[in-house]
Amino acid sequence: MTEPITVPTPQQIIEPAISGRTETMVLNMGPHHPSTHGVLRLVLELDGEVVVNLAPDVGYLHTGIEKTMESKTYQKAVVLTDRMDYLAPLSNNLCYALAVEKLLEVEIPERAQIARVLLTELQRISSHLVWLGTHALDLAAMSVFLYAFREREQILDIFELVSGARMMTSYFRIGGLAYDLPADFLPTVEQFLAIMPSRIDEYEDLLTANPLWLERTVGVGVIDAQAAIALGLTGANLRATGVAYDVRKAMPYSGYETYSFEIPIGKNGDIYDRYRVRIAEMRQSVKIAQQAAERLRELGPGPVVTPNRKVAPPPKREITESMESLIHHFKLWTEGFKPPRGDAYVSIESPRGILGCYVVSDGSPKPWRVHFRAPSFINLQSLAHMAKGRLVADLVALIASLDPVLGEVDR
Amino acid sequence: MDWLTILIIVIQCFVITLAVTTAFAYLTLFERRLLARLQNRVGPNRAGPGGFLQPAADAVKLFFKEDIVPALADKPVYLLAPALAVIPALIIWAVIPFGCLNLNWDYQACYDPDRSNLWNILQITDLNIGILYVLAVTSIGVYGITLAGWASNNKYSMLGGIRSSAQLISYELALGCAILSVVMTYGTFSMHEIVSQQRGWLWGIIPQLLGFVIYMIAATAEVVRAPFDLVEAEQELTGGYNTEYGSMKFALFFMAEYIKLIAISALAVIFFFGGWHFPGLDILGREVTALAGPVVGSIVFGIVSLGAFLLKVTIFLFISVWVRASWPRLRYDRLMDLGWKWLLPLGLLNLVYTTVVIVLIPDRVVHSWILFGLGALTLAIAIGINRVPKPVDNVTFVNDIQLPSSQG
Repeated sequence: MTEPITVPTPQQIIEPAISGRTETMVLNMGPHHPSTHGVLRLVLELDGEVVVNLAPDVGYLHTGIEKTMESKTYQKAVVLTDRMDYLAPLSNNLCYALAVEKLLEVEIPERAQIARVLLTELQRISSHLVWLGTHALDLAAMSVFLYAFREREQILDIFELVSGARMMTSYFRIGGLAYDLPADFLPTVEQFLAIMPSRIDEYEDLLTANPLWLERTVGVGVIDAQAAIALGLTGANLRATGVAYDVRKAMPYSGYETYSFEIPIGKNGDIYDRYRVRIAEMRQSVKIAQQAAERLRELGPGPVVTPNRKVAPPPKREITESMESLIHHFKLWTEGFKPPRGDAYVSIESPRGILGCYVVSDGSPKPWRVHFRAPSFINLQSLAHMAKGRLVADLVALIASLDPVLGEVDR
Repeated sequence: MDWLTILIIVIQCFVITLAVTTAFAYLTLFERRLLARLQNRVGPNRAGPGGFLQPAADAVKLFFKEDIVPALADKPVYLLAPALAVIPALIIWAVIPFGCLNLNWDYQACYDPDRSNLWNILQITDLNIGILYVLAVTSIGVYGITLAGWASNNKYSMLGGIRSSAQLISYELALGCAILSVVMTYGTFSMHEIVSQQRGWLWGIIPQLLGFVIYMIAATAEVVRAPFDLVEAEQELTGGYNTEYGSMKFALFFMAEYIKLIAISALAVIFFFGGWHFPGLDILGREVTALAGPVVGSIVFGIVSLGAFLLKVTIFLFISVWVRASWPRLRYDRLMDLGWKWLLPLGLLNLVYTTVVIVLIPDRVVHSWILFGLGALTLAIAIGINRVPKPVDNVTFVNDIQLPSSQG
């Protein structure tokens, strides 16, 4: 049995310093600091520039999203999920929708399933692009940031095309999609997927073999597989340690088992391996998205929401013709649907790791409790383990490589 | 020294100070526009045609910012620090030859080792210890940054200040070695003479290839420019030594940094790229003198030499911006490593073999090429045996999940 890994509290670091019992300096990094990716506060105990101890202090972006969901009907709560991990709103939408769908036991049309896969993979690419850009920017390679955002902009344009919103899409609804994909969706996506691999090559040209980049990342922030599992690290951070775990393979959802893709894994678990793994993941995502786009093209037009009128509203035309449809529509928008009593847990592979959603229903139209297993929050607790004994500059690189989104940390 | 000479020197000082500060202002615009182009953006283009008035707008903005002194700052030191940073940066320019416009109307005196007939209006003074003066003055600059970091009473500033003193002291040694090798090569401390000795094709880069590489790295670190800008690494230290500075006091630090950047580029041109000289300049001077007389000949020579100098400096500034756009920053410990374990030994080695080769082989052309060969060889060896990690592709692809068997 190895030594248990503990994460200190801010108080444990601050108190000895205030009482003057230490030779070290306590530095408050954040909540307003350029490299904490939001409002993360880190209490650092520094000996010169070496981090002796570190306590992450979260909660500065607490939005009460989980609590607010309890006072919304199931459909309305979708909007709140966008705001958690604001770099991957569609992944959040998907996770929540899947959990409620599991509760309701509804079938989703194939077109909607494929569109979900396609869009969440695009979302993964866009999220990884933000990670890449900010990571490079934190190490002062500033151009990569703007190149990455150039491609992210294209992805956001695609989201705008399908949902009307660039970030807070709320496009995946319970039972399917909010509305059908527009006609020029497929050509736009295919055009983007065609250029994306060469753009990834471009980022790699700037970083992968750059000696300065290697010096800053190779062998920094190493975590082994055992510690990573003990700390609950997931996603690319876990895969960089050599553990091949991906929810898309382990517990496939939305038909991921039918797509051919591979899990890239690293070896050393350092920042550089995380970088390589994420870059490889972007290429895999392009591959999956291409397969999905092909299937969409073959499948042709079709329904995008479940035919179950108790869950999804009927089409507008039906309402004017059918009494039942009108009643369904009225009931859905005034009261909402009532899932059976019980609970459901669904986890998906979000860009940051395992995103889990636990929904408890008491049979009323509003969820009794919604809880998210937020990968950013859990990944963040390994920061202290990795940063001890490293320099402040490494800490900055480490935060970036863990890729936390503070909106998701403090739901 | 008669009153006319004094008057001319005073005018020179005014003109050069104004020119340098204007150059600083437009360097910021140059950098922002160029960075923008390199990064697929447009850059500031609203103020005036093509953003031409942007520096003026920036200056006005900074002038009207509230001037705050932190409550717990060490006030006298806090106020002194920006001045300590900017004054050395400005007075370096006293010895830098921008060109050669001989007011005795004889362009040939520019190349003449005997300087009795030379009255160069494009250099304030040609100190016979010009290089020592530059080294002395740039060393003062570190006080500005260190004291700013200390006096602000801010932990980030203090870390920045400590980083700066460590960095500047380490790199000054390597810088000194590189410059000393140049001094050995030309046998003089005078800037003007170093330039005039590079007449013809044999620029300083040929005998001092290794010296040039060391100089560029050390000098970039000396002026805390990317990728050595650890002192103000905003991602780590939020702003470093100037975190607590605002308004014009911040502008002064900014100005010091950029003026020093121009100065090291100018020195690189003088030491290694012929200064104001380029092959054919002397022929041009001769032809124009033959055509239009010595006065016109000297003026044309002077203006063309000034233009050549400025063009070369601009190329260096371009490279500096390019580097800033593309490269990550070094880490503090690696920076120290590079300075003490690589640059200093290489600089000393360069110094040793420069001395030996020059003494053994007095012929200028022969020893220059021998030194070039030695420098290239040393560089190749140094790059070959360095410890920079090689890009190892650890990524493997698996098709199904694999979990480690034993849980610790």
